[in-house]
Amino acid sequence: MLTKIIEKKWFALVSLVLALLALWYAAALVMNGKQIIQNYERKHQTWTYSQVIDQAYTVKRPMLPAPHQVAIELKKSIFDKSVTSKRSLIYHAQITLNSTLLGFALGSLLGILIAIGIVHNKTLESSLMPWVIASQTIPILAIAPIIVVVLGAINITGVVPKAIISMYLSFFPVTIAMAKGLRASDTLHEELMYTYNASAKQVFWKLRWYSAQPYLFASLKVAIAAALVGAIVAELPTGAQGGLGSRLLSGSYYGQTEQIWAALIVSALLGSILVWIVGLVEKRLLSRRGGPANV
Amino acid sequence: MLAAQTEIESAHTSDKTYPQREMISVEDLSLIFPSPDGEVNALSNINLNIKQGDFVSFIGPSGCGKTTLLRVIADLEKATSGGLKVNGTSAEDARLNRLYGYVFQAPGLLPWRNIRDNCALPMEISAQSSEHQTKQIDKYLKMVGLQEFHNKFPWQLSGGMQQRASIARALCLNPDLLLMDEPFGALDEITRDHMNIELLRIWAETQKTVIFVTHSIAEAVLLSTHIVVMSPRPGRIIKVIESPLPRLKTLAVRDQEAFHTLAAEIRSALADEHAID
Repeated sequence: MLTKIIEKKWFALVSLVLALLALWYAAALVMNGKQIIQNYERKHQTWTYSQVIDQAYTVKRPMLPAPHQVAIELKKSIFDKSVTSKRSLIYHAQITLNSTLLGFALGSLLGILIAIGIVHNKTLESSLMPWVIASQTIPILAIAPIIVVVLGAINITGVVPKAIISMYLSFFPVTIAMAKGLRASDTLHEELMYTYNASAKQVFWKLRWYSAQPYLFASLKVAIAAALVGAIVAELPTGAQGGLGSRLLSGSYYGQTEQIWAALIVSALLGSILVWIVGLVEKRLLSRRGGPANV
Repeated sequence: MLAAQTEIESAHTSDKTYPQREMISVEDLSLIFPSPDGEVNALSNINLNIKQGDFVSFIGPSGCGKTTLLRVIADLEKATSGGLKVNGTSAEDARLNRLYGYVFQAPGLLPWRNIRDNCALPMEISAQSSEHQTKQIDKYLKMVGLQEFHNKFPWQLSGGMQQRASIARALCLNPDLLLMDEPFGALDEITRDHMNIELLRIWAETQKTVIFVTHSIAEAVLLSTHIVVMSPRPGRIIKVIESPLPRLKTLAVRDQEAFHTLAAEIRSALADEHAID
């Protein structure tokens, strides 16, 4: 009976979540407790451990808010506010989502185009590839404000500069995977196209484009997550008025740790949903060829 | 055009005495593959003529160059020296004019296309009208017995059915020449027998020239009008045997004396040259 329960998938999941919550509560107690004790000692007051435990989960501006405090903050900023309110996380998530999706679309397109160039032209490969790789070694935090300021100087503001930073992060995995995928077609299929006297264009659109798709989708999952990170990072240093990044920033200005954690959890959820949607499209498109594994 | 018409008609009436034009002529052809530990003589001084309408089998042990010779004819490999004419032109021109259909050892169907769309592929590439495509696909899928499976994807079909689909795909372009590289090598014997008879029927029906690579003596005897016996190191032709059996055979031919005599002749040719060591 007991072994049967342990073998269940939900059992593993629930135990993991419970373990994480226990760890979180313990960490909150230690980190906030230290702060409370310091407070008492600064005021030369006596304190007991029961006092510390009492206050660790209720103190204002805790070092680490407990899970239930974050849950309350989430409820307040998601369900208790109208979605047009600047205090609603849905409002901010939707701003971030806009630039994520635009950046993801631009990045995927750019990635695919660079990969096509690289695969069809040896000179492009040797001249472009080092720049593609170098672009990813530059810290995005350093380059994001520069991009926003430069684009702002030529009157490009709003969603576009943020999307460009998302694009900057998301084109890379697509380029690498597509460059591999476009070369991954079966030799037998290539020879078949050769016996048909197919043009390079026909070989691309009827063979390479399809044999690259499993690689493309694997990279699109990475790219959409990277695009979300790019959008949030772009909202951080630029004084953006909205978006999950600006919530993180204002939370840290005012020591609102619950607000920071709530924004973090919403962005994690948003990322999971986006990756899940890409996976769904992948499954739909690749299942007819016998599943994504069967290429 | 008129000449071709007469030829087909005469092929229907007489068995093998109609005037045949040369489909393949190979003259002193050699192919050397460079390799790190010396050169490999894949093909050495090959001389061979194949007439239009013949069913020619290349037989020999592995490494004798039978597949390589087929690939040279298909312009998939380039000969190092010697001459080769396919339907009176170079192998490259024959390929560019889509003269032949090539059936590989593996079906090689595109997994993202259903059977119908797989058959359409060569016709899409040669920009044929969609009405013509539909007509051809229906005709040849029926011929290989897959008309009910036209909207299935390759992974939903057995290996034998996939190979039949790949034969239908090759036939859809209606090529004069069919090049087949051990197309039934991976099939079980029962399916293989069935496919052999189907192939004979299709060949008789379409009057194509077929070049068929195999390492089965029984298959070569059952199918061919001519059997080219090959030997390895270096890859060469040791004997070309013209079959005394009728062009269109049934499986019952295997019980006839002439069948066994021919099989024995091939076997001894292979043994004489120490082709199998």
